[in-house]
Amino acid sequence: MMFVPGNNPGMMQDAFIYGPDSIMLDLEDSVTMAEKDAARLLVHNALKSIDYGGTEMVVRINPLNTPYGKKDVEAVVKAGVNVIRMPKTETADEVRELEAEIEKVEREIGCVGRTAIMAAIESTLGVINAYAIATASKRMMGIALGAEDYSANLKTQRSPEGMELLMARQTIVVAARAAGIDCFDTVYSNLNDMETFRKEVELIKQLGFDGKSIINPRQIEIVNEVFTPKQKEIDKSLAIVAAIKDAEKRGSGVIAVNGKMVDRPVVLRAQRTIDLAIASGVLKKEDIL
Amino acid sequence: MELKESAAGTLESGDILVQIAPAESKGLQVDLQSSVAYQFGRQIKQLVVETLEGLGIHDANVKVTDKGALDCTIRARVTAAAVRATGKDVWA
Repeated sequence: MMFVPGNNPGMMQDAFIYGPDSIMLDLEDSVTMAEKDAARLLVHNALKSIDYGGTEMVVRINPLNTPYGKKDVEAVVKAGVNVIRMPKTETADEVRELEAEIEKVEREIGCVGRTAIMAAIESTLGVINAYAIATASKRMMGIALGAEDYSANLKTQRSPEGMELLMARQTIVVAARAAGIDCFDTVYSNLNDMETFRKEVELIKQLGFDGKSIINPRQIEIVNEVFTPKQKEIDKSLAIVAAIKDAEKRGSGVIAVNGKMVDRPVVLRAQRTIDLAIASGVLKKEDIL
Repeated sequence: MELKESAAGTLESGDILVQIAPAESKGLQVDLQSSVAYQFGRQIKQLVVETLEGLGIHDANVKVTDKGALDCTIRARVTAAAVRATGKDVWA
């Protein structure tokens, strides 16, 4: 998910060229108070006019308790945004308030249920309430960590190893998995240190995250490299899924592949590897059968 | 409609700066500067006029400095300048 400032038309029109899975146009922190009105109009018109292809379009709105939040919701819902990212989410009630606001606009234009919600968790209270937030609405498609505000709230600073974020990251992954939605890690803002960025992407993939937020197209390749399954993993996963399908036909739930026991959790992991390989473009659906 | 002087947009690549001032005479006077004025000047002016008229502004002096903006950007910047000039927002 690539962050793009919502008041920069040049960046907004070029962003999809770099092939991120999703683009998040920002109306919040990257836009000054004096430009909130202009950015909102820019994002509304861009969403309505620019063909972003299959890229998922997300807009980070201003909090609803500011003079900008409700207008942001109206502007982006009317423009047909896929997902609204809610900043600084701390409670399930805040999600429900946003849901009501979205629904009001959707009813007006006759498209109830079109807009999904992603909640950014950026405080200790948000982390404590992660599961309640993740399950607050049927529209919830994911939760994301916002580590800059979270670190400030923890009264610490971000380190290259990210020890200070470990609990928040794990809590968010666990909450998302329990709720059956996606989870996204925070941004890494030092563009001159791609080595630490790669380590961070490897860490968050290992923790179970579905993706990483990025601030520059240069970071896309590394995220894709880390998240794309290796050929050996893909081959093994295909063998497992094929073997279990075969076993199911024979009425058996447990099999062995290459001498190792394969049961449901192993099959689920193999299926996820195959899904990731398809999403990354290294495997075609038709190749599986 | 009463207008005050306003501006929206920037001079960055892909953007457009729109400046609106109260009219000295009837109608919309659009002064366009653009490196692509020869190819798209008429189209840009038409979009500026259409957008302003759609917002109920029929008399104004408009200075437009285009840096290769897409139509959606032109529409957004003209609307923002108009909202600032009239004080009347387009959202509920």
